Amino acid sequence: MSVPRKASRAVVGTSEPAWVRRLLIGLALGFVFLFLLLPLATVFTEALRKGLPAALQAMREPDAWSAIRLTLITAAVAVPLNLVFGVAAAWAVAKYEFRGKAFLTTLIDLPFSVSPVVAGLIYVLMFGAQGWLGPWLAAHDIKIVFAVPGIILATIFVTFPFIARELIPLMQAQGTDEEQAAIVLGASGWQTFWFVTLPNIRWGLIYGVILCNARAMGEFGAVSVVSGHIRGETNTLPLHVEILYNEYQSVAAFAVASLLTLLALLTLLIKSVVEWQFERDQKAAASLPPERPSADALPTARTAG
Amino acid sequence: MTTAVFSLAAGVPRHRTRRVLPGFHLTLGYTLFYLGLIVLMPLSALLFKTFTLTWDQFWAAVTSARVLASYRLTFGASFLAALVNVVAGLLLAWVLVRYQFPGKKLVDALVDLPFALPTAVAGISLSALLAGNGWIGQYLAPHGIELAFNRNGIVIALIFIGLPFVVRTVQPVLEDAEKELEEVATCLGASRWQTFCHVLLPTMAPALLTGFAMAFARAIGEYGSVIFIAGNMPMVSEITPLIIIGKLEQFDYAGATAVATVMLAISFVLLLLINALQGWQRRRTGGHA
Repeated sequence: MSVPRKASRAVVGTSEPAWVRRLLIGLALGFVFLFLLLPLATVFTEALRKGLPAALQAMREPDAWSAIRLTLITAAVAVPLNLVFGVAAAWAVAKYEFRGKAFLTTLIDLPFSVSPVVAGLIYVLMFGAQGWLGPWLAAHDIKIVFAVPGIILATIFVTFPFIARELIPLMQAQGTDEEQAAIVLGASGWQTFWFVTLPNIRWGLIYGVILCNARAMGEFGAVSVVSGHIRGETNTLPLHVEILYNEYQSVAAFAVASLLTLLALLTLLIKSVVEWQFERDQKAAASLPPERPSADALPTARTAG
Repeated sequence: MTTAVFSLAAGVPRHRTRRVLPGFHLTLGYTLFYLGLIVLMPLSALLFKTFTLTWDQFWAAVTSARVLASYRLTFGASFLAALVNVVAGLLLAWVLVRYQFPGKKLVDALVDLPFALPTAVAGISLSALLAGNGWIGQYLAPHGIELAFNRNGIVIALIFIGLPFVVRTVQPVLEDAEKELEEVATCLGASRWQTFCHVLLPTMAPALLTGFAMAFARAIGEYGSVIFIAGNMPMVSEITPLIIIGKLEQFDYAGATAVATVMLAISFVLLLLINALQGWQRRRTGGHA
């Protein structure tokens, strides 16, 4: 680093002049207003353009109801399956050392970087009429693509890494001391998991589930490829929004969209609360006197934030 | 990919032991089984389908004029949007970490809106906002500026989608940055701007690059928010994911698969790049990303 040797001013601290601060805050708030708040407000004003009754009417349509039901079913299957996987994967990756671990975590991340459209396509290629298992499925009269199972599978794929990737760094950070102690004291593996590990990872777990659920209910691209768009049968809420919008039923489209927006806002709220709780727990844990001599001997021991 | 962005564990010290707890075979076995079933088997179906094409067929499918135009658009728009995200993300992260102002917690929570809001909702909302009769569009239309239903709309949608990535990768780095270094620079006579350029920016560089790569990778695959605002004119404003959908709708499974394979290869390269960047970041900050 090169620093010119001019006469240094008295120590001015490490903050910017007030006008720079105000300018930067102003710019940031302006950006947030334009790119985040205005789109948010647009959803609700467009939904209420013809008054509340018209908006509510759009949600009472049978097609809207079946879309809501399908979205709830999809999330109710996809989230628990990914939760079980997430916990198992985090346990395996965080608590043990084995060869190929880095490669395994990269593979777990893979669905995040695959385009949703490609995610849908791969299930069509596997289960579709011309796909791998297509002829066999047709012979046994099982429908997966352009039916509910395909929608659920595509949703599981796009939300696959959420919970695992939340838990892995958390469990790695916590190490294995506490589990080790429980096992030595005679607890079974399950008891150790339920009474030692689970309480430690609870905030990360809730966090992952919330984000996984938001994506599961809101996924559009992947589901759109495998759905077949059969009204009242294979339309999830986001697909229903698209259909209404393309039919120029703007108020109805935004009314249904506002349901999804409320879900997003609820997700953000729970997420923030979880973050605050986690920070509070971390601070509380840091202020406790060390129970083990090694606790403060760890050179890297620091608290979050 | 989104992991580093949403990570409660960012500030927790890392600590590993090699001692053995029960459940290794059970959990690793289930992990591999589920990974194979949900991710690897369907992805290999894509590759096998690609291998049924001859090289000429494959090459023709992935380099037709319309597909090439879509690559140019997708990459160009994603690049532009990711660049804007770096600047805006750095600004937001800076303001959120360094300054106090009313509504700060609200802004912090709101930054994640693009992750939580379904992409289709973002798409119709942005197009309503920017269309000729929308809140913003009505002021621009008389000046001949059209932001919706053309390439401009694509970039704006992608900026929206990618916004949280840079903010969430830079924020923890800025929080951990040692103020002492800045004080030293100031004492040595550096101006605030010099300190920023020569002390802070190098510290944040890996995080900024990671955020850029994440936003870029997400933008390339993005479909839901873009199609509502793009206008979707072939050769002009048709993104690559839409090409795949179009081919599927014409039952051209081979063509769709070929283009999808190209996209898959690109996303895999980007994933490896992001992993490498995060490794760099970890070495820089000594312990955690």
